[in-house]
Amino acid sequence: MTDTPVKPRPRVGLFATCLMNAMRPSIGFASAKLLEDAGCHVSVPAAQTCCGQPGLNSGDEDGARALAKQLIEAFEDFDYVVGPSGSCMATIRHDYPGLFADMADWRKRAEALAAKSYELLSFLTDVMGVTEVDAEYHGTITYHDSCSGLRSLGVKGQPRQLLGSVKGLTIKEMEDTDVCCGFGGTFCVKYPEISEKMADDKLRNAAETGADTLLGGDLGCLLHLAGRLRRKGSPVRVYHTAEVLAGLADGPSLGEENR
Amino acid sequence: MEFRSPEFKTRAVHALHDANLQKALSNTKAGFVVKRAQAAEAMPEFEALRDTAAEIKNHVLNNLDHYLEKYEAAVTAAGGHVHYATDAEDARRIILGICKKAGARRITKGKSMVSEEMGLNEALIADGYEVVETDLGEYIIQLADEPPSHIIAPAIHKTKDQVADLFAAAHHKPRKTDRAELVAEAREVLREKYFTAEVGITGGNFLVAETGSSVIVTNEGNGDLTQTLAKVHIVTSGIERVIPTLDDLSVFLRILARSATGQETESYTTFSTGPRREGDVDGPEEYHVVLLDNGRSKMLGSRFQDMLRCIRCGACMNHCPVYGSIGGHAYGWVYPGPMGSVLTPLIKGMDGTYDLPNACTLNGRCKSVCPVRIPLPDLLREIRHNQFRKDMTPKRQKQALKLWRYVAERPKLYHFAERIGVRILASMAGGKGKLRSLPFDPGWTGARDLPAPTGRTFLELWQAKRGDQ
Repeated sequence: MTDTPVKPRPRVGLFATCLMNAMRPSIGFASAKLLEDAGCHVSVPAAQTCCGQPGLNSGDEDGARALAKQLIEAFEDFDYVVGPSGSCMATIRHDYPGLFADMADWRKRAEALAAKSYELLSFLTDVMGVTEVDAEYHGTITYHDSCSGLRSLGVKGQPRQLLGSVKGLTIKEMEDTDVCCGFGGTFCVKYPEISEKMADDKLRNAAETGADTLLGGDLGCLLHLAGRLRRKGSPVRVYHTAEVLAGLADGPSLGEENR
Repeated sequence: MEFRSPEFKTRAVHALHDANLQKALSNTKAGFVVKRAQAAEAMPEFEALRDTAAEIKNHVLNNLDHYLEKYEAAVTAAGGHVHYATDAEDARRIILGICKKAGARRITKGKSMVSEEMGLNEALIADGYEVVETDLGEYIIQLADEPPSHIIAPAIHKTKDQVADLFAAAHHKPRKTDRAELVAEAREVLREKYFTAEVGITGGNFLVAETGSSVIVTNEGNGDLTQTLAKVHIVTSGIERVIPTLDDLSVFLRILARSATGQETESYTTFSTGPRREGDVDGPEEYHVVLLDNGRSKMLGSRFQDMLRCIRCGACMNHCPVYGSIGGHAYGWVYPGPMGSVLTPLIKGMDGTYDLPNACTLNGRCKSVCPVRIPLPDLLREIRHNQFRKDMTPKRQKQALKLWRYVAERPKLYHFAERIGVRILASMAGGKGKLRSLPFDPGWTGARDLPAPTGRTFLELWQAKRGDQ
């Protein structure tokens, strides 16, 4: 829990990550529903684009700085910034202040934004005190810990706690759940063979649990893993954790044909 | 040592298809990862010790000149000699000089990654010396004529069957497959070498400034025989390996073995302080320490200074899923894995090392286990920034980043482009939910499908439903 008391109806700016916005809008609606159920007022600023992580991780520090400034301006008036991605939110929380080492004014603004930026599920549990959700999912899931959320933001128990309250859902933990799946942003296209091997290691561990559904908190990892599963003809379904928690995992899973 | 980092990509793909290597790599998890976790778990003060170790190293690095002088004075007082080598060539010249003066013919070696960095074996052999590696792993790869693939387990890429073949060929004895028998055979062959070598070369895990001692940590005792039985003992180490006191050493000894192999302590921790003194029953007549700089002093005071805290435990590579997929040889030089991907570009230069810091998912597992808390992912990313500034990033990628920035800095254009993009992808998928190939595919669909978008972006759906709030 945070030290400062939470306002009765905090104003939350929902960060629609690039991938979510384009590839999986239902994660955005699931996020909004979970936040509103927890008592938040949710807005989606139209001036938002990308957090700048692709540039930051590929060497383009100037480009990352420019996009960081834009995001700070779009979101700094909210009580909180929340996004359904550990990796984007880790960029905002951990990397933004360092981008402005030599710019005192911007650094202050970056630090202020970082302090109120959260990955969705850790925000719901750690800040809003949510302990359970009202949802049903009939299946056995295994949960992949995406690296940035896990190691930079400490997202580990929160999704499991909330998933534990979903009716009809069984959690089976896989071996090496904390090992990278091989997505790694541009890594997956720059070194596709290594990425494929890492995906197969992950999916073998997932398969050994017997779970029919694979969940995770970062769409990049999920697109990569679902893409590999579909290529191999596996029937395992892949959803973002938020979709299941919000009861919105009733449509086709990632890469699945319209039912 | 040959520099093959420029071939990273092809060697990595080759490694993925090497069945023996994959079998050997799959055995390492239980050997390293599980045991390290158990060792860390069993020691309540382990995390605090990591902090203390990092602090000691930071203090030394901020006062390195002082501690090197102190160390040198202590070594000299004990009757030994300290030599400073600015680079690998300088180090080879110094060591060849010592061996020549000693009238050596046979040289035994304990494990030393710094000597690999010096390219020492090749130089000694070229000058006519017989060089015998005495660490079992190093001995195996010397027989195979290969470089180490791991900094503490140099032959980790070899299976037991491959070792059996190598021994049978080299020792001219019946092929054995039992582990204990193989070890016994190597021990028997090496025993004679220890007694007849004129010079013994070892590494130095730690150099203690207050006593002038070099400390080696081994599991086989081969280092002890190497350094006590030869007439001349040469220690090879990096200038950053000095620590102030024996008390400080106790901190490192408690985290090194636990981080490396998950042992509470290695079998042998051996101190060498100068040559044999009057009344000593054994020990060398001469004691030399060759301290290698090779780019380290340039890291001091730079954004890469943290890298000099490294105590060479290997935990970062043991926990790296990329290293675990391709092994150490793909990295193409002395130091593989995360620590090597930082060190190689800094020591060997930016040319030919482009892939090393890029072939990393920044998953942070290395940083989470580093006993001296080196922020390896941050350093790897820092090298990528340097590559970008030096215009080494591939043109296509740089153009893509520029385009991405241009569009993302213009929210209206960005959202318009995303709306068009998702409509095209959705119509290409035609209700199948996935795409098997893509026009202008950057490398996605070789091994995976692309789960197709539904055809509308979240922002446009949200705005249609909820307005601009």
